[in-house]
Formats: sequence, C-alpha cells, structure tokens
Amino acid sequence: MSKYRLDYLDELEAEAIYILREVAGQFEKPALLFSGGKDSITLVHLALKAFRPGKFPFPLVHIDTGHNFEETITYRDEMVARIGEKLIIGHVQDSINEGKVIEQKGKNASRNALQTVTLLDTIAQHQFDACIGGARRDEEKARAKERIFSVRDEFGQWDPKRQRPELWDIYNGKIHKGENVRVFPISNWTELDVWNYIRRENIPLPTIYFAHQRDCITRNGQLMAASPFLNMDADDRIENKNVRFRTVGDMTCTAAVESYAFEIDDIINEIASSKISERGARMDDKVSEAAMEDRKKGGYF
Amino acid sequence: MDILKFITAGSVDDGKSTLIGRLLYDSEAILADQLEALHASNRKNDDGSIDLAILTDGLKAEREQGITIDVAYKYFETDKRKFIIADAPGHIQYTRNMVTGASNAALAIILIDARKGVVEQTTRHSFLVSLLQIPQVVVAVNKMDMVDFDQAVFDQIVADYKVLASKVGLDNITYIPISALKGDNIVFSSSNITWYKGNSLLQHLENVEITIDDSSARARLPIQWVVRPQTDELHDYRGYAGRVSSGSFRINDQVTVLPSGFSSTISKIELYDKQPDEALAGMSVTVHLQDNIDISRGDIIVNSAGQPQVSKAIEADLCWMDTRPLDTSLTYLVQHNTKTIRCKIQEIIYKVNINTLEKDFADEFKLNDIGRIVIKIAEPLAFDPYQVNKANGGAILIDSRTNLTVGALMLRQSVE
Repeated sequence: MSKYRLDYLDELEAEAIYILREVAGQFEKPALLFSGGKDSITLVHLALKAFRPGKFPFPLVHIDTGHNFEETITYRDEMVARIGEKLIIGHVQDSINEGKVIEQKGKNASRNALQTVTLLDTIAQHQFDACIGGARRDEEKARAKERIFSVRDEFGQWDPKRQRPELWDIYNGKIHKGENVRVFPISNWTELDVWNYIRRENIPLPTIYFAHQRDCITRNGQLMAASPFLNMDADDRIENKNVRFRTVGDMTCTAAVESYAFEIDDIINEIASSKISERGARMDDKVSEAAMEDRKKGGYF
Repeated sequence: MDILKFITAGSVDDGKSTLIGRLLYDSEAILADQLEALHASNRKNDDGSIDLAILTDGLKAEREQGITIDVAYKYFETDKRKFIIADAPGHIQYTRNMVTGASNAALAIILIDARKGVVEQTTRHSFLVSLLQIPQVVVAVNKMDMVDFDQAVFDQIVADYKVLASKVGLDNITYIPISALKGDNIVFSSSNITWYKGNSLLQHLENVEITIDDSSARARLPIQWVVRPQTDELHDYRGYAGRVSSGSFRINDQVTVLPSGFSSTISKIELYDKQPDEALAGMSVTVHLQDNIDISRGDIIVNSAGQPQVSKAIEADLCWMDTRPLDTSLTYLVQHNTKTIRCKIQEIIYKVNINTLEKDFADEFKLNDIGRIVIKIAEPLAFDPYQVNKANGGAILIDSRTNLTVGALMLRQSVE
C-alpha cells in the first residue's frame, strides 16, 4: 500500500463530479439551480468536467427575483452562450402577477422569501425530480446536518427528523411521485475551498465579487447597495464606498463588505484572515437563530 | 494538503460536543459572527464560561432537548491538514446515526470519561468502529481534570481498553489523556499532565498516516454514466465515466467488465481536458476500452488479474436502520456501487448484543439491531469482502414501499 493522497481540491472535485454523475444516472428529469453566484458557477464548471464532451443531462434553472444585480444577468447570459446548454428562467414577477405571492411592504421588503414559491412552481411545471444546488455544510448549522441527497415532499419541505441515513458514498435517490431530491455536490467544500478552486481552475466570475465603487446605505448595521428595489426613506444616507459582495443574491438582502480586493488573490487573503462568515453578510439569516432551518423546511434552496 | 475525515464516538455526558467545540475554538476555526452568537447564547458552563458544545448543535429540536440527534458535519483546517468531523450521537437509540457517520471516517475518536472508565457504551462504540473498519482509533480519556490528572487512572483505563480492543479486533490505537472543558491536550500540550509525553489530540490528527491501497490488483471502477456525444465529429466516442473506488488503473491494463465477464484493455483515461496515464483510487475519470463491448451503468470494470467475488447469495453483517422491523418475506432493493437490484434477506444467522458482544439467535431485526444474515439477490453482484476492501464491500438496503434506506450491509462472502 502506498502513502499517496489526493490533494484536497482534487478530492473535493472528484467527489462533486461523482455526485453529479449519480444524479445523471439515477433521475429522469434533473435540473441544476443556477443563481449566478460563485457556488453555482463552480457547479457548472464541475458539470463540464463530469459530462464533456457530451451535453449536460440537465438544464440550468434560474429563479429570477427581478431584483438582480445587472452584472449577474450579464454573466449568466454570456456563460450560457459560451457553454451552449439550456437555461430555464422562473420569474418571481410571474408569481406576483398570478397572485400566488404578495410583494412585501416596508423598509425591509425583499423578494427573497417569495422565490420559494416560484421555485416550487418551476419544479412542478417541468416535473423536475432532482435539483442540484450549490449549498455547503459550512455555511450554516442547519445545513451542517443536511444530506447530499436531500428528499423534499410534494410541498418542497425538508424534514430534518426524517432524513435518510447516507452511508459510504451510496446515495439513495428513490422517491415517490411528486417528491423531489435536492442534491448538494459541494456539501463538503468550505468557502475558502470554493475560492481556491476558482483560482486554480481560472473560472470567470461576475464583477460584483471584486472591489468596486458603489452607492450604498447602511441598514441594520450592514451595507446595502442603493437601488430602485430597496425601499428608502429620508433617514437613509447614500454613501459611495469601495465594496464587494461575498454572496450574490437578491439586491434587497445581499449585504456588501467594504473591500479593496480587486483580484482573486486579494479575496482569498481577505477571507483567510476574515472574521465574518459568509452568511453573516446575508440579512435573511439574521431574523432568528433558527431562521435557516425554518426556511429549508419551507422549501428554500 | 489532504483531508482527514473523522468521527467522534461518545455521549453528551462524555463531553463530546465540548471536545469538538474546543477543537474548533482553539484552532481558531470559529468566525466572528458565530462567536458573537455563541457569547450571546444563554447557555453557559457552571463556572460561567461559554458552552462550546453549542457550536455543534444544529437543529431546533436538538437544542430544545439538549442532545445531538443527527450527524452534523464540521470543517476546520490547520497548516498541515483539512479536517471533516462527523459528529454523531452516542446513545444506543442513535446507533444508526453513528454507523452512518462512521461509514466515511478514516479515524475514530472514542471518548471515555476518566471517572467512569471503560463502560457499556465504550464496548458498543468500539464494536461499531470495528464493524465499519475505521482504520485508525484514538482513545481520548476525557475529564482528566476531574481525577486530578492522575496517571494511575489513565493507565488503568488503557489496560482495560486493551482487553476490549482485542475482543472486538481493533488495532492502530493511540491513547491520549485530555480535558475538553479546560483544553488540556486538545490543541496544546497540557501543563497539567506532565507524565504524558505524546502528541496533543490535534497534533496527532495532523500527523497520523492514512494509507490508500493503490495496487492494480484492487482496481475497481463502478460505471456511473456512459458519455456518448453522438455528434458528427465524435460519432464513435464511448467513454465510461465513474470514480475509481479502490486500487489503480493504467493505460494498457487488462480489464474485465462484471458481471458480464467480457475482457478488454484500457486505451485512454480522461479527466475533462487532461489525459492522465493512470487513474488512482478516489479519482473521477472517463475511461475508454480497446474493444467495443456493451457496458452500462451498474457494471464494474476491474483489473483482470484481481477479480472480486460474483454471487447471488452473500453472507453479510447488517445494521437495521428503520423503525419498521425487517420482514424476511418482503422483497427489498440492494444498492451496491451504482447498481440497484431486488433482493431478500434469506436467513438471520445471529444478532449481536452490542453492549455485551454476545451473539443471540434471533428471528427478528429491529431498529439499531446488528447481526449476520444471508442476502439473496436477483442478479449477481460483484463485490469484495468489506473486511478486505471497504470500497467495494458496503451496500445499502432500500424498502421499496417507503423508498427509505433501511439497512447497511457489510458484505462478507459468497455462499452460493
């Protein structure tokens, strides 16, 4: 027996490719949930490695809140054109127009919570039986216990008490009609792993990940991008700052951090020495200690 | 840098969550906002210090009951290694969770309370570690501060444990006296335990050698997916995609496809834009064969010189994981590698009392029961004995009524 060990990025990559191929092998109509964020961009790159020179055995699905950073949409469309794969878009605006959800009011209004409905409708409409997502276990403590194949009932709900045991690397994707499985190929990656992988593989990213000048306001101690989607009042003071975003979500709930990290090496140094974890910059988790668990049970990604 | 996956076996009372919290806290793997939440929590230790166990509690129900129910995964790294901790509950009613966490671990930390010594649950945890074939074991004797850091207490526990270890068949054991609450020998060497000259727990985790069998005789590639672009320029392209589960393949290796038994040679190995000469255990690759033979998902490519057993009747160890008991009249599904086939449990040979290790005759198998059975499978399965090659010897049972994973199988030998 030799003492060779795979480098950690090779091991994480091999595991993610293995999981993606299991999805292809086990499901009839899978989809890859693409948010435009670095984690789902990494998934697309891994899918290229898993299936090229063949086509992806699934489309990309973007749930569009309509409150996106413009840079994300530009990136998305360029990427889809480059790789030549199919993109399906579910619009939160459609759910609002159909009266399925009601737009929130007030200062902290966000479409973030509404997108769950649009996602579930999109899944139902296309009859997806597996949705691949870029969630990682290090993001949040409810996620730390989620399986790689995570079964959702027909209401999209996650039941943390009824999770299937997941042994070795055998993933049980058997489901009843109406159920679907959320699959998380990069469960075992940390934020820094993703960044190191993006650097190693030279994967292009939307520009908002890098430091730039932007008009911001301070809300609940966090920096938010000033935009027409953010309900502002006289108390809000706009300041131009050097910022970047650590996650890419809806403009109304994704906080910026002040940063001078213009290159990926700067970002990796910044994160390595950082003292705020990634979801700390997402206002939607701040509501209560059990916020993520509640939203996952309700069918959030 | 490589990754070490390990499991911690012990119950809340042994200070398991405190141990993990301490590892994360002292190795500075806790970020500012998590730390803030930790300090803001109402849970404190008796002396008013922060309760590090909160770091590993995940779900609301668990916080309410104050116990760890499920397996939680935690991540941290040092300059030497990256670590993934599977934090599994220790109580007997959560045996299946521990089996789940143990299935992927390369190392197990067995916690013993210095005041209590080797107890019933130590036997149970050690048996499971042995059953799941975790290659490295650390026996961490915790709460040394409660016994005045007394060497005699530690030595006695080590002596007692050695008896147990030989009974369950464990070797590669390292013994470390610790106090998770006070931080002795967790990250830093203890100034209270001067008689102990070995590594702290973290130093040990950083340096312990984990070997991988990369012999070609053990080469196994379960096929997940056949890549067939079917475009004009790639008309004849047929690549067999999968992850090498054990051993290694090289170009020109003579291989056999099972269960069909057809042979060929490896003509090309691909990983996206690279064409490596060899594929080692753990790598996800696409291989090409010289001959055009019919291969699909569920088949396994092996080195012709080192073939696994192929059988439709296999003796195996079984851990039952469902609240519905095993029904020997029922048809289940067995999932092994990328193959899922109908099966029946033909015979229960015995059940193990995992607290005493006694083997009992049994005609029923309930949640958390472990024992030996014979499984009869509708089609032949190409497997290695779990004891010899974990990667090709583990399988799960699925109840086709509920689709739940109801059993873990450690395959042993063909009984055809």
